[in-house]
Amino acid sequence: MPSDPEPAPPPAPVPTGVKRRKRKPLDWSTAGIGIMVVAAATTVYLRDGSERFFDIFYHDLRLFLDVLLKVAAGCLIGAFLARLLPREMVGKWIGAESGVLGLFIATILGAILPGGPITIYPVASALLFVGADIGATVAFITSWTLLGYTRALVWEIPFFGIDYVMWRTILSLPLPVLAGVLARVIAPIVTKRWGEAP
Amino acid sequence: MTVYIVEALLWILVAGLGLAAAVKGRILFREGAREGITDFLRLLPKVLLGVVGSGYVAAVMPADITAQYLGPDSGFLGVGIAILAGAFTPGGPVVGFSIGAAAIKSGAGAPQVMAYVTAWALFAVQRFFLWELPIMPARLVWIRALASLPLPFLVAGAAMFLGKP
Repeated sequence: MPSDPEPAPPPAPVPTGVKRRKRKPLDWSTAGIGIMVVAAATTVYLRDGSERFFDIFYHDLRLFLDVLLKVAAGCLIGAFLARLLPREMVGKWIGAESGVLGLFIATILGAILPGGPITIYPVASALLFVGADIGATVAFITSWTLLGYTRALVWEIPFFGIDYVMWRTILSLPLPVLAGVLARVIAPIVTKRWGEAP
Repeated sequence: MTVYIVEALLWILVAGLGLAAAVKGRILFREGAREGITDFLRLLPKVLLGVVGSGYVAAVMPADITAQYLGPDSGFLGVGIAILAGAFTPGGPVVGFSIGAAAIKSGAGAPQVMAYVTAWALFAVQRFFLWELPIMPARLVWIRALASLPLPFLVAGAAMFLGKP
């Protein structure tokens, strides 16, 4: 799932996930969440009183402390793996001639490659650029989004519990390949209607 | 208990990857560690906001309305509403999860919440413009969006069919 770190949009696309861009200290997504939280907290304070307000605060602070170490681990895994994965081989595995096998390989790649959109989207663009086909690229992004384990471990389990996350993951297993097949069907139609560019 | 297993698993993975990086070169290891720690520190305020804030969002979510529109009996109409809501929830690491968890607490059904989280993960509208279009070719972004449209329905349908979780 997009779940993962989702900082401010980077100023320019960079084909590999190794070099990081500077991020803006504040982005609109964070600002939006901030406004929502402040409004909700104010409502709770005015409607339910300060006792309930602090009850929720301490409970969520505990949840935050529980999540901290996992987030740190997720960030380190992403940083190391981005440096260790042999990116040039990727194009070979999931190129235009890769067929259904390419979709499966792309799905596995997406599931094991950790990191946020800041690493995944540039990698996806790079894959397309070096010759991966559109179906495999879509399967890759979908798999990272729905099956990425760091996201599930770090973010989803603390909120939903293991049972729910396990079932959601199992039910999502076939979806990246399906999205890849759909993308291969849609791509020629889109190209015919709107052309190859942009 | 399982929480500690997950934690241990993550750090074993960190140790393994760190070791692999260190074997390949000292600089590689140092760069990786530095980037990982910097990312973590940058994320901290966002995580604090998302996690600590989610309780308040859950508290103000009207339980009766949630249960009525997204409850286990809301069927595919509930799934449709959930998917629309997911598409228009802002991105960010925890917003969708925290709202989904809050919805479950206030009586939403599991398939509906799965549809919500999946839709939010796959096509939060705001993410297209802030993230995907600046980085990826527009053709890829829109083809992926179209190909993703049926997926939340399928997840919810499968969850309803199996009666799980």
